[in-house]
Amino acid sequence: MSNIFFINCDEATTICNKNQYKEASLWEKLKLGIHLFICKNCGRYSKQNATLTKVCDKHLHKCETEHKLSEEEKEELQKKVIEKIK
Amino acid sequence: MSIQSKHTLDPNNWVGAHSDYLFNYTITRVDNEEVAKDIVQETFFSGLKAQNNFRGQASERTWLISILKRKIIDHYRKINSTKGKAEVRVNFYQDGDRKGTWLEERVPKMWDNEAERDIENEELKSALDTCIDNLPEKYRMVFVMKNVQHYETEEICNELGITASNLWVIIHRARHQLRKCLEDNWFAK
Repeated sequence: MSNIFFINCDEATTICNKNQYKEASLWEKLKLGIHLFICKNCGRYSKQNATLTKVCDKHLHKCETEHKLSEEEKEELQKKVIEKIK
Repeated sequence: MSIQSKHTLDPNNWVGAHSDYLFNYTITRVDNEEVAKDIVQETFFSGLKAQNNFRGQASERTWLISILKRKIIDHYRKINSTKGKAEVRVNFYQDGDRKGTWLEERVPKMWDNEAERDIENEELKSALDTCIDNLPEKYRMVFVMKNVQHYETEEICNELGITASNLWVIIHRARHQLRKCLEDNWFAK
């Protein structure tokens, strides 16, 4: 019975992390809510985790320019491929 | 006689025609230039060996991408089986009465009250970059795919050959380590 509603800190923080991507289920969120109500450490973790998400959203961006190989790298690669063809 | 024109392979021209595309494709998944270069090279080599299996139904590039995808999974399996495991830092009691509760030394510390205001800081960005670089490779790979490239969970699972619960365990551990790293180097310094 108790296990249905009560989860440990490891499980709670796993759900908390999933929730940062809005992918936790309703049931998981309920269990997390109950746990956060009774656990100070996870409460603090949860707050800091939200800050971590904000920091990532603010500072991590997809590189819009395409990554390319340099001419030298291509030449070297070309040589190796040609060698294998022979 | 077939009226449908079949695709053909032209290995002499692979590097010129496809290497940038394959390199860019790889780097958004493995987040490391040297590794990406090696994977592209291996893809061409495997392609050469497997030329006889090419049926001409897909384009040359599509065919090379399908080889590349297998190479990325191979790379992921390799780092998953070797390095990653030893580097896992435990945050919770693993057994006994207190199983799953915080280890004393891993309990989150109080952060500076200014934390909220500090988010825009450029130095924080470099602290974050360093912390991400310090993640074990497989955690970094999954974290970057999720948080930087914004691939869907399902897509990452398919591309790396892992289950959703594997993925959440990895994200869980990566974020624990990042939180701790930013705490030590920034917020609670």
